[in-house]
Amino acid sequence: MATPLEFAPQLAISANNLVRRFGNFTAVNDVSFRVEKGEIFGFLGPNGSGKTTVIKMLTGLLPLSGGEALVEGLNVRTDSESVRERIGYMSQNFSLYYDLTVTENLQFYGRIYSLELARLKRRIDEIVQLNGLEPYLNRLASQLSGGWKQRLALGCAMLHEPKLLFLDEPTAGIDPVARRQLWDLLFELSGHGITFFVTTHYMDEAERCSHVAYIYYGKLIADGTPNSLRELPDVQPQGTFRVEITTPEVTRALRFARQIPGIRSATIFGQSIHALIDDHFNLDDLRNQLLKNGIAVAEIRPLAPSLEDVFVELTYKHQALLEASHA
Amino acid sequence: MRNYFRGFGAVFYKEVLHVRRDPATLFFSLVIPLLQMVVLGFGIDTNIRQVNTVVYNADGRRESRELLDRLKNSDTFHIFRYVDNDKDLNDAIVAGRARVGIKIPVDYSDRLIHNMSAQVLVLIDGSDSSVAGQAINVTTAIGLDESLRRVLADRSTFAVDMRPKILFNPDSRSPNFLLPGLTAILLLNVTTFLTAFSIVREKERGTLEQLFVTPVRPMGLLLGKLLPYLGIGFAELCAIVTFMRFVFQVPIHGSVILLGFLSIPYLFVSLSIGILVSSKAKTQSEAIQLAFLTFLPSIFFSGYIFPRETMPTFFYVISYFIPASYFINITRGIILRGAGIAQLWTDGLALFAIGSFLLIIAARRFQKKVIMA
Repeated sequence: MATPLEFAPQLAISANNLVRRFGNFTAVNDVSFRVEKGEIFGFLGPNGSGKTTVIKMLTGLLPLSGGEALVEGLNVRTDSESVRERIGYMSQNFSLYYDLTVTENLQFYGRIYSLELARLKRRIDEIVQLNGLEPYLNRLASQLSGGWKQRLALGCAMLHEPKLLFLDEPTAGIDPVARRQLWDLLFELSGHGITFFVTTHYMDEAERCSHVAYIYYGKLIADGTPNSLRELPDVQPQGTFRVEITTPEVTRALRFARQIPGIRSATIFGQSIHALIDDHFNLDDLRNQLLKNGIAVAEIRPLAPSLEDVFVELTYKHQALLEASHA
Repeated sequence: MRNYFRGFGAVFYKEVLHVRRDPATLFFSLVIPLLQMVVLGFGIDTNIRQVNTVVYNADGRRESRELLDRLKNSDTFHIFRYVDNDKDLNDAIVAGRARVGIKIPVDYSDRLIHNMSAQVLVLIDGSDSSVAGQAINVTTAIGLDESLRRVLADRSTFAVDMRPKILFNPDSRSPNFLLPGLTAILLLNVTTFLTAFSIVREKERGTLEQLFVTPVRPMGLLLGKLLPYLGIGFAELCAIVTFMRFVFQVPIHGSVILLGFLSIPYLFVSLSIGILVSSKAKTQSEAIQLAFLTFLPSIFFSGYIFPRETMPTFFYVISYFIPASYFINITRGIILRGAGIAQLWTDGLALFAIGSFLLIIAARRFQKKVIMA
């Protein structure tokens, strides 16, 4: 049932109908997507939904139970070793040798990729400069802070100049500054034509990706640019729009808003409520109803759906479909 | 065909760095076995001597005292107490104070003088079979000898004169017997642990997973990790043999070079066991438990403590599958009996076969359980 893969030079990854089963459990169920060269592809989903399994399949660590995948033009089923030469991988726990120094870690990974001596030296210099590692060269990896560990791990993953990098939750557990700096680096590198496959839990990071996909318990339920996802009919049903209600009493306002007919859903975001309401609903009416119940309203304004809204809506819809199919 | 051993050099060098960074582990892996040797070499004597003995001499005359002197002179019995009734004799054994109780009846001397058969009661605590066996043998022999001496005036007229001669280890020194066997157990111990740890540590850290996404080949990775520990195992062997020769004065009758040569397949065996352990264990503590599990058969069924020949058939057959059996025969052969390659090549071949087999199985399992996990 897998459609044959055609080679397309502009694609870094093309995955067709990927399936991975562990015994009776299907961890990845008929997942297809394409990643173009130079994209920052954000791969999202709850824990245990199959993100890491997909990465393992694409990097040749796990055999496919079904489907086909081309990575950098090579079939992962038959050419996994050549695939590994062309990709870089950074796992979520920064796989460094803690009892080796920064330089020794870099040298080790360079040797693993059999870089000849002159190139290894040049690449280490480049990586050290790019990641600002100079002051730490002789420090043991165990003595680096989270952010520096992550930079070193990224450096180790790109020593052999891969055109495609898999980053599995690269910003888990590091401070906001290091997070920001990592993303700046990713943008810079993607400007040079490097493709990134990034998994993350952070919605603000998802917003920065040029292309996102959302996997929910083995099924891919969203795939596109952040803007195209916002316009999906499931996210923004015909005859509805979104508003942001800013109020000092969010909890009371939420309880009340959920009882008003015409408000389809409402969720708290910090000091405000995001609500999906029917087109015919008058914003002034809403304000008055809230005021009448003693709820002060600072501002009500129309709002584009965030990616979080997108994934929440799609998840609800998917769950409803699943329940319907079980019933 | 791509390079089957790709990544070997890089992994080897990195592993050497790990060992250098962690001198404590290296120190303990080399020194603790030597301490074990000290404990076993100085502390344990397999020869049964000076067994605590309690005596109830109801007779008390010259003949009975002569008999007791002969028992004492055998060096097997240490008479630490005389009692004057049956109850005390019994109690001393039940309480564990004495292993052997000897009762000489009132009429012992009378019966001997009248050329009648005199009886001596020997009570033996059977809870340690080797002590019991020795006590039976020595008392029987003394009784027989005493009888013959009384029947024949001149001892040189014995019809059959057995002249036993112990060929190797003539003084029956325990270290000579124990330490060559211990060498096999210690080598197994150290190299299995070090290998299993070095792999499980990378599993825990996640670096192993990282390596599998690189072009390194399983064989390059495994050999790169094994060979440094093979080197340590070899250094360990040298230290043990030096210690054995110069501290415990165990004479080495054969070729040390042959011993080193034959230890290589044995080291490969224990390294492979280390890989097998690591393919099963997820944490270092799990690895310790599993490794101990593999040591037990090597200790009990290899002939290190109990002779293989006296085992029930089932276990005797099992002992053929235990690599330590062959290596113990090699170490005892070379060190005690001065055996050469002509006598030991079958053991070497068996180790080589088991080593290759285990290495292949280990590499396969490693690929299947660790890489694909």
